[in-house]
Amino acid sequence: MTHNSTSTISVARAIATKDLRIEWRSKVLVNQVLPFAGIVMVLFAFALDNDGILQRVAPGLVWLAVLFSSLIIVQRTFAIESADNALDAIKVAGVSSVGVFLGKSVALVVQLLLFECVLVLLSLVLYQVHLSWGGAVLLVTVSLLANVGLAAMGALYGGLGAAAKGRETLLPLLLLPAVAPVLIAATRATESAFRVGGATLGEGWPWVALLAVFGALFSFGGTLAFGVLTEE
Amino acid sequence: MNIHPFPSPVDTPTGTRASRGLGIVVFLSMVLLTLLGLVLTDEDVVQGSTVRLMYIHVPAAWVAYLAFIVTAIASAMYMWGKQHSLTFDRIAGASAEVGVIFMGLSLVTGSLWGRLTWGTYWQWDPRLTTTAFLFVTYVGYLAVRDLGGSHQQRAKRSGVVALLAVLEIPLVHFSVVLWRSLHQKASVLQPNGNVTMDGLMLFTLLFGVAVFTLLFVWMVLHRQRVLTLADAIDDGGLEAALQERRNEAN
Repeated sequence: MTHNSTSTISVARAIATKDLRIEWRSKVLVNQVLPFAGIVMVLFAFALDNDGILQRVAPGLVWLAVLFSSLIIVQRTFAIESADNALDAIKVAGVSSVGVFLGKSVALVVQLLLFECVLVLLSLVLYQVHLSWGGAVLLVTVSLLANVGLAAMGALYGGLGAAAKGRETLLPLLLLPAVAPVLIAATRATESAFRVGGATLGEGWPWVALLAVFGALFSFGGTLAFGVLTEE
Repeated sequence: MNIHPFPSPVDTPTGTRASRGLGIVVFLSMVLLTLLGLVLTDEDVVQGSTVRLMYIHVPAAWVAYLAFIVTAIASAMYMWGKQHSLTFDRIAGASAEVGVIFMGLSLVTGSLWGRLTWGTYWQWDPRLTTTAFLFVTYVGYLAVRDLGGSHQQRAKRSGVVALLAVLEIPLVHFSVVLWRSLHQKASVLQPNGNVTMDGLMLFTLLFGVAVFTLLFVWMVLHRQRVLTLADAIDDGGLEAALQERRNEAN
């Protein structure tokens, strides 16, 4: 029992470190996906074409850009595995699938956090939103908790897509409806952090609690389901 | 021995005496429901003829929700059954297909009704939004069923996705409720038990629910049998190919 739990955690740590190291060295996310997210932010401005509107909807735009980027990040994180059938090898080696799931999720949380930092900074510059120190604390908490939910669902459905080879197109259809509650809660909380639409800072914190519940439920569901979904 | 590897519809029809009988009952009831809905019932005092849409909309929505509940239960029975019987998986799949159709029907009739009553096709209220999410989620579920692989693999994957949907949908509903709420309160089942509908109109509505439920049973029965045949063709196809190669070798 003790042996099992330590090995699950060490598997998770190994997978997460490996994923992050690959991204650190290959710079694919930084060189290709991050610029994409930046372009999306600029395109939002073109499409909405009004400073007042942009400021009002900036929280939603930031989180939409995060969601779109998360699709690419999730696909990327499993493309690394399916390129040389690494997932199959891991399974054959009898490695705990819960460990794989947790490791993938942790790596996704870190990568998403990087994106959120950049996207929030961009919204400060491009959409002229204001962020107080209190707002920044709220925003960091929101991002961390929202990422747990996004990463858990991303790892789960990304794993399904990778197991059914060549069917990654399914990911957006499965992932986006599932993470819609995260989008709603994170956007509302960010509105408070940015103080747009008359929202006060205090109104943001209940949404944080909700994000924590989503994160816990999605991680729980993902832990149970990942092994079955990625089975050959 | 000249056994054809593929079951043909002539040898193995999907209808039995019972399901044909059910089909006839459903058909006749549908005719009666149409008469009730379009001719025999009066216009509503407030809504006029618009209310007639309710006789399709409410039963369709009911069947869709029923279908998704059946899918969840059948998936659970597959996952936790000792046999991992594919019959449950096929019932889940058939039910989800029928559910998606009826959910689409209820969305269309609902937005037509909304246009005439609220003046808009769509309201971002919790019930509508959750319904749209259900629709998309089960379209995704059907896509997962279509991923390929062995039948057992399909059953396991889609079973998990169906059970995850049960987790997701209340969360979506809850978060959309917090997001905003506009929807008209339920008008038939009021907390104090007072029914505010005219007798015949209420009867037509409940009769519609009953008829659509029978239609659901009939469709799932047949669809499930068709899926069984399709699986048998899949299995038989492999057998036939192997047999062909063996014959070549001889």
